[in-house]
Amino acid sequence: MKAAEFGYLRPGRMEEALQALAAGEGAAMPLAGGQSLMPMMNFRVAMPETLVDLAALAELRGIHDAGERVVIGAMTRWSELMASGLIAAEVPLLARALPEIAHPAIRNRGTIGGSVALADPAAEVPAVLLALAGVVVLRSLAGERRVAAGDFFLGHYETARAADELIVALEVPKARGLRHGFHEIGRRHGDFALAGAALAVAVEGARVMEARIALFGVADRALRATGAEAALRGAVLGDGTALDRAVAALAEIDFAGDIHASAPMRRHLAGVALRRAWAEGVA
Amino acid sequence: MTGPATIFDRPNRYIGTAEPRADAARLLQGRGRFVDDIQLPRMVHAAFLRSPHAHARIVSLDVAAARAMPGVAAVWTGAEMAAHVTPWVGVLTHLAGLRSPPQPALAVDVVRWQGEPVAMVVAATRAEAEDAVERIEADYDPLPAAVRMEEALSPDAPVIHPEFGSNLAWERRVETGDMAAAMAQPGVTVVERTFRFGRHTGVTLEPRATVMDYDPAEDRLTMHYSGQAPHMMQVVLSRHLGLPEENIRVISNDVGGSFGIKIHTYGDEIAVGAAARLLRRPVKFVADRMESFMTDIHARDHVVTGRIGVHADGRIAGLEIDDLTGIGPFSMYPRTSAIECNQVLNLTGAPYRMEAYRARGRVVFQNKNMMCQYRAVGHPIAMAVADGLLDEAGRALGMDPVVIRQRNLIADDAYPTTSASGMKLDDLSHQKTLAKLVEVMGYEALRADQAAARARGVHRGIGILSMVEVTNPSPMFYGIGGAPIASQDGATVRLDAGGALHISSSVTEQGQGTNAILAQIAAGVFGVDIGRVKVTTGDTATVPYGGGTWASRGAGIGGEAMLLAAHALKEQVLEVAGVMLQAGVESLDIRAGKIVDEATGAERMGLADLARTVYYRGNELPADLKPELVATRHYRVSDMPFVFTNGAMGAYVEVDTDTGFTKVLGFWAVEDCGRVINPMLVDEQVRGGVVQGIGGALYEECLYDDQGQLLNTTMADYLVPMAAEMPDIVVAHVETPTKTSILGAKGAGEAGTGGAPGAILNAVNDALAPLGASVWQMPITPERVLRALGVVAD
Ligand SMILES: Cc1cc2nc3c(=O)[nH]c(=O)nc-3n(C[C@H](O)[C@H](O)[C@H](O)COP(=O)(O)OP(=O)(O)OC[C@H]3O[C@@H](n4cnc5c(N)ncnc54)[C@H](O)[C@@H]3O)c2cc1C
Repeated sequence: MKAAEFGYLRPGRMEEALQALAAGEGAAMPLAGGQSLMPMMNFRVAMPETLVDLAALAELRGIHDAGERVVIGAMTRWSELMASGLIAAEVPLLARALPEIAHPAIRNRGTIGGSVALADPAAEVPAVLLALAGVVVLRSLAGERRVAAGDFFLGHYETARAADELIVALEVPKARGLRHGFHEIGRRHGDFALAGAALAVAVEGARVMEARIALFGVADRALRATGAEAALRGAVLGDGTALDRAVAALAEIDFAGDIHASAPMRRHLAGVALRRAWAEGVA
Repeated sequence: MTGPATIFDRPNRYIGTAEPRADAARLLQGRGRFVDDIQLPRMVHAAFLRSPHAHARIVSLDVAAARAMPGVAAVWTGAEMAAHVTPWVGVLTHLAGLRSPPQPALAVDVVRWQGEPVAMVVAATRAEAEDAVERIEADYDPLPAAVRMEEALSPDAPVIHPEFGSNLAWERRVETGDMAAAMAQPGVTVVERTFRFGRHTGVTLEPRATVMDYDPAEDRLTMHYSGQAPHMMQVVLSRHLGLPEENIRVISNDVGGSFGIKIHTYGDEIAVGAAARLLRRPVKFVADRMESFMTDIHARDHVVTGRIGVHADGRIAGLEIDDLTGIGPFSMYPRTSAIECNQVLNLTGAPYRMEAYRARGRVVFQNKNMMCQYRAVGHPIAMAVADGLLDEAGRALGMDPVVIRQRNLIADDAYPTTSASGMKLDDLSHQKTLAKLVEVMGYEALRADQAAARARGVHRGIGILSMVEVTNPSPMFYGIGGAPIASQDGATVRLDAGGALHISSSVTEQGQGTNAILAQIAAGVFGVDIGRVKVTTGDTATVPYGGGTWASRGAGIGGEAMLLAAHALKEQVLEVAGVMLQAGVESLDIRAGKIVDEATGAERMGLADLARTVYYRGNELPADLKPELVATRHYRVSDMPFVFTNGAMGAYVEVDTDTGFTKVLGFWAVEDCGRVINPMLVDEQVRGGVVQGIGGALYEECLYDDQGQLLNTTMADYLVPMAAEMPDIVVAHVETPTKTSILGAKGAGEAGTGGAPGAILNAVNDALAPLGASVWQMPITPERVLRALGVVAD
């Protein structure tokens, strides 16, 4: 389990990084926290010719208040996000999810941009971005584009990012007035989820105006449970039958089975996660 | 002068106290000396091409491109390596009928499990060796694989070794009493269940690692070995590399865990020895985590059908088991892969009286990684089956688990006696340990909590288990069967001129604290400050000849040898002191490094004064007094095949019936390991063992698909128990010293691993019983629980 030979660059300017990626023609890969990429290289699942280390690009770091939105630099580490008062105040669903991610040692290096770029189907943050209608900001030599989270996660470790693009930031609308719920079912603390649900719900009086429900760990990617959302839209809080219908509507999802849980097991656990997330943050 | 039997009547500062381990500070400062820390001049690194198939014919193997890669020193195919390493056969004569074909170091012509080494590359770095491995062109013709052990004996199963005609490696039967008559008695309730135990493995923090260093000038091979049995490895290397035993030195420094994983013959490691000899350069091989999962021995892998018949008052009429064990394509060498099944037959029901016992064990070949002895060999199977059935019978009778055990446990005053399977048992305390367990776990209060939780819709369960553990084995374990494995161990104690003790022993340290208890025994028995005792273990060139540390024998056997040696040296020193002080030997003692007056404790002479006189100024001694100031003693268990220990364990769990998750709320272990030398180390051994047992019960499983592909080869996919999920583990003791030795210590290292799985199983089934569900398969995963509850179905 030693990585194959590779080249290493540590550009100090964004332009150089983007040039290196473009010149690599797909064989150059950005290196963020390395918490996923290094094991993949050691397994020789990833064999980049060149690693473009993003560590020296200061503009990729930091968490900014941009009025209606919070902008998070791609190279912001999990531990920095956990320590951020801005995140705690304005993006509470993300704050709620962070302690569920990995272990402290990994959170000290792993970055939010790396997680979004990797698009592990069981990762928490893609689901959080879906629930919050976040935006992924990408940049290449050709310029910058902004892709809605709902259009970004395409399949099993597959995203809308082109090989010459960098994720530079994530934008998340401030969560004014929304209720949030989050629940993750994992075998051990810090494990990837067997199933998890992230909810952002708009409630007026006792009525659910809109429910955005994102699931993770259940399929080939994080995804919105649109049938369940429809079942809950307009429901009165405390009406258990609406939640039952939402759970039943999860059947539309193409649940994945693997050694940790079969597809029927995941289907069941997704329902449990949804109920518990709802109970925690909405009902 | 007094005999060693009175040692424990005298003042003793160390035996029985929670002395901190001397090596803990060193290890915590990163000063450990593990095999991978060794850097030798001109050293090269090995990597292996491993079979991607569970069963296939090797059509061709082209290593030309690999040989031409940068940094490569040599490449060997299996056929080429076979010219330098003779094959081995993993059978022992006392396991009558056990068969296994000759096994080559690297596969020749046919591969029989995914991960079997096929070719070896040695290069300047491990990375370059791996680069070259990728350039080997191997062409395989896949063969049908025998994967599931339940099907391995069916007539249409692929036969892995055609010369045997079937995949049966070994079969044994035990029969005591008249089973049919016992079960047919009026009023006997019979329950039958089938238990499944998944494969798991040791997951040592330090993986298997070897540095082989050959010196052509002396024709001498030094093996730096991360393992448990240096003298056994010396013989294995000698036999299969064709070097005289005395030309092989095996050194075990710090070992980062072993658990029985590193006590076997692995082809890759032996090939490293051949490579070092052929290249005349040191060669290092450190298994990576993926190799560890694919090639470190796996453990367990049983399907057991068990039947128990009980009278209306709970007494066992008969117990019957049929065990099937899957061992991979070969029986492991030199301990064999039949011992696990043998133990299951020997130990099932051993805590209990019964009228009849019948057992059949069949050991089958399959195209999976090899299965062999791992911590608590066979115990978790034997204990979970017997105690699982006993609880099930109790449920059928409406009888409390504690009560049904009380009705059946062999009485504490009944020893010596023989178990239903024919094991000689002595000095056990089942009744006392169960009573103490009930007390320390607060059984009645837990039952009340369980009922209160149930009323809230929370499902909690209590599991109780009584167990025996095989420790301190005599030559009956391996030696009589022809294995080159010493059952005796030796200890040497030497007084140096400065008054310090240098001690050495043939038992080994692999993280459990053996060196610490050896020092405690020597310091306590001889009479010096423990800081002045220096310990050497794990070097065939310097320590006495012996078996090493396995089967919970380090303290009981190695410790007794140390006690005898320390006592012998003390007698010698007192004789010299008597002459020098013109005092009767009876009137003297050694305490805290000084010769003292026995009655008053007044100092008569420092030990260093005595030693310096002997070493430097021998002219001051009478001519006929020739002290050596060094003593060696060896010890083996001679009056019993094994020294059994016993214990009782309790688990309290909560099963989340929505998710299927089992949370262990509390665990209690009452252990009788005879004399406790260091309570802190014993408790940590029990706790570590319990955690490993919980791992087997709830988390760990090596999962294969139908083609024999191992599906989980990373720490993300293979779940070990982690601290956050572990309960508090309360350990308590009953001390019934074994009469077989002066020290009276039995083993303690495997009890937790042997007992915890059954206790957890019983607790989960106690929680599920009101719901009409039960699980009989380990690990007890959430999905298995939900399927048992009918919540999840295909
Ligand atoms: C034991 C363990 C447990 C874990 N548990 C969890 C968990 O529970 N939940 C969870 O979400 N994650 C978990 N992780 C993953 C962890 O959070 C990773 O840190 C994260 O997924 C990747 O972030 P990174 O910064 O380490 O990225 P890297 O490993 O450096 O990169 C990952 C991938 O993203 C690409 N990439 C990185 N940054 C960018 C960028 N700015 N633009 C474009 N491409 C980029 C890289 O080229 C690479 O392909 C775990 C990891 C480990 C080792």
